[in-house]
Amino acid sequence: MIKKNGKAWLYLLPAVLFLGAFMIYPLVDVFIYSFEEGYNSASQTSFGTGLYNYAYVLHETYFLQAVKNTFILVIITVPLSTGFALLVSVALSSIKPLRNLFQTIYFLPYVTNTLAVGTVFLILFKPMEDMPGLVNMMIQAFGGDIIDFIDGPYWAKMFVLSFYTVWVVLPFKILILTSALASVNENYYKAARVDGASKSRIFFRITLPMISPMIFYLVITGFIGAFKAYSDVVALFGTELNAAGMNTIVGYIYDMLYGKSGGYPSFASAAAIILFAIVLTITVINLMISRKNVQYA
Amino acid sequence: MKISLEHLTKIYPNRTKGKPDVIAVNDFTFEIPDGKLVGLLGPSGCGKSTTLNLISGLEAPTSGRLFFGDDDVTNLPPERRGVGLVFQNYALYPHLTVLQNITFPLENLKGEEKLSKAEMKEKAYEAARLVQIENLMERKPSQMSGGQQQRVAIARALVKKPRVLLLDEPLSNLDARLRLQTREEIRKIQKETRITTVFVTHDQEEAMSICDEIVVMKDGIVQQISAPQTVYDDPVNLFVATFLGTPEINVFTGRVADEQLFIGDEAVLPRKGVADQPVYAAIRPEGFIPDGDGPFSMDLVRVEVLGRDTSVVSGHPDARNLSVRSIISSDTKVDPGQARIRFSLKPWKVYIFNRDTEERIYPQ
Repeated sequence: MIKKNGKAWLYLLPAVLFLGAFMIYPLVDVFIYSFEEGYNSASQTSFGTGLYNYAYVLHETYFLQAVKNTFILVIITVPLSTGFALLVSVALSSIKPLRNLFQTIYFLPYVTNTLAVGTVFLILFKPMEDMPGLVNMMIQAFGGDIIDFIDGPYWAKMFVLSFYTVWVVLPFKILILTSALASVNENYYKAARVDGASKSRIFFRITLPMISPMIFYLVITGFIGAFKAYSDVVALFGTELNAAGMNTIVGYIYDMLYGKSGGYPSFASAAAIILFAIVLTITVINLMISRKNVQYA
Repeated sequence: MKISLEHLTKIYPNRTKGKPDVIAVNDFTFEIPDGKLVGLLGPSGCGKSTTLNLISGLEAPTSGRLFFGDDDVTNLPPERRGVGLVFQNYALYPHLTVLQNITFPLENLKGEEKLSKAEMKEKAYEAARLVQIENLMERKPSQMSGGQQQRVAIARALVKKPRVLLLDEPLSNLDARLRLQTREEIRKIQKETRITTVFVTHDQEEAMSICDEIVVMKDGIVQQISAPQTVYDDPVNLFVATFLGTPEINVFTGRVADEQLFIGDEAVLPRKGVADQPVYAAIRPEGFIPDGDGPFSMDLVRVEVLGRDTSVVSGHPDARNLSVRSIISSDTKVDPGQARIRFSLKPWKVYIFNRDTEERIYPQ
């Protein structure tokens, strides 16, 4: 076969080489590290192989906190951002004047730097000595007490993080969904109108099934993206995430490698493999659900 | 249900500055008789689809009124007009089965009209039987041929027992053989249900073959409304004459002088009572008779034997068509080797039109 397709393999070679060296090899390596106890990258030695790394990681409170944070983030932001994006896209598709302006506004977060946005969120949510921050000013106006959203209670921090995540992932989803909505043939709507279908029925019986592959795509990538959350958390809460109680799984992996208490590639690898297992499981469940509910024309 | 259009007009305002508005439908006043199949025929951009959309209620007219029977439906939304609409690309919902597609309009009924599941199914099967797809009810549209999909679309349009059936180029997406078959079937279903049907097409043969009446349109203006044979035999102007008939009618620039029709220098036909003037002479392909002593001579290009008929292709400097086509019986032998060929003409196949207005001046 190789002889027959020699030319094809030759063309593929650069990609295969790069992918092999920078994707496949590290992946395999991470898998091996995760079973090597006390691996030292400087001396390239370990004490032996076994499941100790996994046992350690799964018993560590920081890791469990990170898993909890990540799951809460995923469960809140994926449905919320997808649903909200759908709402905005439908609204955008049904207005004519100023549509381009609104599209641009909604797309802005996508092209804005994460850390810059983080700074803006700090100004919005962080109470300072001389001013309470915009959000707290509003809370005060309604007679509430000042809440420290950045260094305060857990739920407040989680609220800001979720809010931020939804806001950041929204533009891409809106972009995908508006183009999906635009690609539904006008004739289906005409036919439905002649058939006497109400607006809500047209939406649920025709529009939604016709764009369901795109919604499904967004849900899957949304899950994966939210499970990999890290830079957003740093932008909001700084690098001392364990202390803030706001670490994520990816943050934990990073800390294990390069953090102040880091230098443990074996633990980091084990955590990474656990993350991989979680994402894989969720994606498989998603695929199974979608097989019943997604309509591919 | 009789459909009456009264001064129906649709103008699309042009958004680009300085360009004129588009008058898609210009002051249409005509009646579509109850239980008839009427074809709206014209080249693309003539306003036939817009007319259909106005009748269906998908678009609102700029001015004028529309009646179904005695009911003024001008301001009624589509779902309350009782129309069934079939699209060129069928517009079947791809994620629903055939049965679900056909019951879709029934599920939208509200209040007293609401049907039980069993009643819906029964009605759907009734409509499906009419178009002979009752054995395909569980399929998805993508698992069917174009012809079958078109039947489903017709069943979906008929299931609510509409007062009016509207067909927007229903055959254009089918291959030639299916097109023939489906058009016969549409005719049959229309006759069985006696439902007033409006059929939009750009294909004159399609319109001629199944319609009770044809409305020929051009640039948003009705040219002629008549039975198919009348439109063919009795075209009111040059456009109608050229639009109907295959092969196309042969048009020559000529003149009438001394009650004779001249094409080039030859007086080809006496035409009594026509004043001297420059004219267009249009001759149907079947209007030529090869005749060694005939008055009309042309350069012979080639002879095509088509089996039942023979097509003689010739050229004439005053012809507006690239080549002049005449269809003659294959019993008449034509020597393909000769350079010139002479014809005499069947007088009833020759029309004379005013050179400026293109209106017919003979036969009067």
